[in-house]
Amino acid sequence: MLALATEVARVNFDQARFGDDTRNEPLLSEKDATAVDPGENSVLPDDLTRDSLELPRISEPELARHYTRLSQMNWSVELGPYPLGSCTMKYNPSFTDAVAADPNAAVHPDRDPETVQGTLELLYGLQEYLATIGGMDAVTLQPPAGAAGEFTGIAVAKAYHQHHGTDKSEVIIPASAHGTNFATAAMAGYDVVELPSGDDGRVDVEALEAAVSEDTAALMLTNPNTVGLFERDIAHIADVVHDAGGLLYYDGANLNALLGRARPGDMGFDIMHYNVHKTFATPHGGGGPGAGPVGVVEELAEFLPRPQVRKVGADTPAAAADGGAFADAGDADDVDDTTEDADGPEYELFDPARSIGKVHGFSGNWLVLIRAYAYIRRLGDEGLLDASAKATLNANYLASLLDLDVPYGPFHHEFAATAGERDAADVAKGMLDYGVHPPTTKWPEFVDEAMLTEPTEVENKRSLEDLAHAFNEAFADSDEELHDAPHKTTARRVDQTSAARDPRLSWHALEDGE
Amino acid sequence: MSGRTAGSSGSPFAPHTAAETAAMLEALDVDSEADLFDIPDEVAFDGEFGIPQRDERTVRADLRETFARNDDLTEFLGRGHYAHYVPAVVDDLASRSEFLTSYTQYQPEIAQGFLQALFEYQSMLVELTGLPVANCSMYDAATGLAEAALLAERVRSTSGTTVLVPEALRDGKRATLDNYVDGSDLTVETYPYADNTVDLDALADRVGDDTVFVYAETPTVTGAIEPALAAVGDLAHDADALFCVGSDPVALSLLQEPASVGADVVVGEADVLGLPTSYGMGLGLFACKEDYLRQVPGRLVGKSEDAADRRAFTLTLQTREQHIRKERATSNICTNQAWVALRAAMHAASLGPEGLVALAEDCVRNAASLAADLDAVEGVEAPLDDRHHFREFTVGVADAPGVAADLREAGFAVHVLDDGTLQVCVTDLNADAADDLVAAFAEVVR
Repeated sequence: MLALATEVARVNFDQARFGDDTRNEPLLSEKDATAVDPGENSVLPDDLTRDSLELPRISEPELARHYTRLSQMNWSVELGPYPLGSCTMKYNPSFTDAVAADPNAAVHPDRDPETVQGTLELLYGLQEYLATIGGMDAVTLQPPAGAAGEFTGIAVAKAYHQHHGTDKSEVIIPASAHGTNFATAAMAGYDVVELPSGDDGRVDVEALEAAVSEDTAALMLTNPNTVGLFERDIAHIADVVHDAGGLLYYDGANLNALLGRARPGDMGFDIMHYNVHKTFATPHGGGGPGAGPVGVVEELAEFLPRPQVRKVGADTPAAAADGGAFADAGDADDVDDTTEDADGPEYELFDPARSIGKVHGFSGNWLVLIRAYAYIRRLGDEGLLDASAKATLNANYLASLLDLDVPYGPFHHEFAATAGERDAADVAKGMLDYGVHPPTTKWPEFVDEAMLTEPTEVENKRSLEDLAHAFNEAFADSDEELHDAPHKTTARRVDQTSAARDPRLSWHALEDGE
Repeated sequence: MSGRTAGSSGSPFAPHTAAETAAMLEALDVDSEADLFDIPDEVAFDGEFGIPQRDERTVRADLRETFARNDDLTEFLGRGHYAHYVPAVVDDLASRSEFLTSYTQYQPEIAQGFLQALFEYQSMLVELTGLPVANCSMYDAATGLAEAALLAERVRSTSGTTVLVPEALRDGKRATLDNYVDGSDLTVETYPYADNTVDLDALADRVGDDTVFVYAETPTVTGAIEPALAAVGDLAHDADALFCVGSDPVALSLLQEPASVGADVVVGEADVLGLPTSYGMGLGLFACKEDYLRQVPGRLVGKSEDAADRRAFTLTLQTREQHIRKERATSNICTNQAWVALRAAMHAASLGPEGLVALAEDCVRNAASLAADLDAVEGVEAPLDDRHHFREFTVGVADAPGVAADLREAGFAVHVLDDGTLQVCVTDLNADAADDLVAAFAEVVR
């Protein structure tokens, strides 16, 4: 039997609220609204300027209190677990923030490459790290988020097919895939062919064989899949797609489970994106910025976005697929030697021969890329291998403590529990009252009332036990109790329907007193 | 097995002691974590990456050394990526872990703080653009422009397919736009500038029945303030095309309100507030008319009520988005630039309306002053047009690449546009070095 790690009780989440239950932190616009006439004293002629601008004017102490109070009305991974399956948050190591704040890193993207060798060195190093970790031959760091990475990867696939004179019209995507996969394929102009899940929760290979054709541009797949299962038939799946002339795209959402144990490139994937926040612990900032680097095999490297970074004198892009590429480069003294002795710059930008062009105005989310690089460098081989070990251990241990069924296994870093007869979204609201962030609910759809859970490696045994208690207590609560949950949070159950039926999207749209 | 000691080589951020790991493995009835993995041998990786583990101090020292390889130049660079002085209070508040280490607000009951901050950000953009709907961000100005073009294709009932953009559009925007429209029926065509702003006669010739979208910028990529926005809007609307204005929140504090010149959509780089120079990382501003609400890409925060009938905020109209609508979503965007939006709102709030307008006025005055000083240097002509300028302008010299190289030796970075044209950008951050730049020009232009 499971021993209680802590007393299980419902707890308040209301740091920023006074006890009378009636006082919200006011909007900035409720603190002040000052109207000015910008054109009044302008050096510009009247017809180029606006007549009025009304915005809050508040003092710095008020500003500090406003945002401090708002921050206290917000969950974060430094407050507790964030086990959102397929979304999740790892602890974001503080030192990566310190590294990213280096004033010498604050350079403009139009600087002459010769004058930003440090920036290019980091970008090159990250390209190489990611290529090795994914088993890919070349990597672009330009996509500013995972979905942008998907778009980049599918655009590369399209360019590849067009270059080879084959007109493909379809992208195959498992029904359980992330919504971004479908939207990405559609944005790139492809028809989506949805592949139902097999009875065991994996790709139904027969259905795949029936779905592929000469029209197949690509299959988009994540592995382990959305319920944490390894697609054991991946080598065969790759053959089926390749034999039809298609490419295999890897959605990097679940790479954390495989670090150091399997690489998409070795499984037959041709294109992949990396999820840097779930894998390399970059902060998510309440919804972004992210980064969605894309790796490809050698035949696709010439289609990557421009520019790429390479060492001066190298004629091919990154080709570090065999590992061991950094055993020597790790020594800072070596790096010093190469730069100070060199006559010219060590790194340069280049445009891949048949580049698809650009997917971001400049070079992507630099401050996120720095953090990912610093994290990989901190962990090294052993840390990365341990991350996948502990992420998988944690998911399995947590699942073993739950009163809910977990219908599919063996799973790795995440699992889909089922709330069965209960409403998964209600159970999740109930969990809020026990001081944890709940899992992703009602997705994937092939699991009844799914509660998709991914604790990551950063939770310890006790934290997992607390999380399990929250799960089990909420699961056991009465329907009435859950229907009204949460009871202990800053805001009670928020009415989504009213928000959508009558959209009020700015303070301009609010009635007095609203 | 040892406990978590200094010499331990696992992940420093996996908190398990050896005893805990052992207990968990025992509970699961396996000998090691490796037994939990279900990876067939044929695809298992048994090699090494060859990346040594390093302690935190070493990583920081390594990266300091790496960044120190960037030359210390005073940048007079803009062309779409700008920075103004960001008050320390913005860094301090935005770095609070409740903001920085939170995820998307899928459980609004414990995310009211960030939701309110994003609602306030949207509200500020509504005020600055005069348009009633602003989303809580795109990645950057380039992807914002591209999404706006795709929006035009979705909202129009007529059959036009031509997107018109300036010839002088920055390459990063044009190339991103080209990629985004590649999967649609849209084609991108250009119209010329005259004197660095819209050539209205030429644009009138190019706008036609097939035009679905007309894009104009103010300030333009070379810093000229567009004097004919309303006329451009009229041309677009006469053709039943959507009119999109590109700008930024500092410029919008002073320049004509886009809604007043007929803008249907406004895009741009909102990271001019809140974000220091960061190698092109951005914050895509996106605002539009209410008619297009159900077609807006990206996240929207709306006001609602909670079960106790108090004001509460939530992500809303999510049926537009990919996680609900899949291939019929308005965009594939999921993660955006929320934290940068938070910073921009904080910076705007710290400036207030007078502060914003004053900052914008400085962008005009500093550019005019530097242009006049450069123009006084023999062999230098600045600006190369008769427009008013915002932050930046073009500069004529005999040998632009040579002058830029010499300036670099003197410690300055400027843009080279072609053999005879440079571009310089001056803001509050480099204005105190403007005299030195002028002196350096005088030195190197012979």
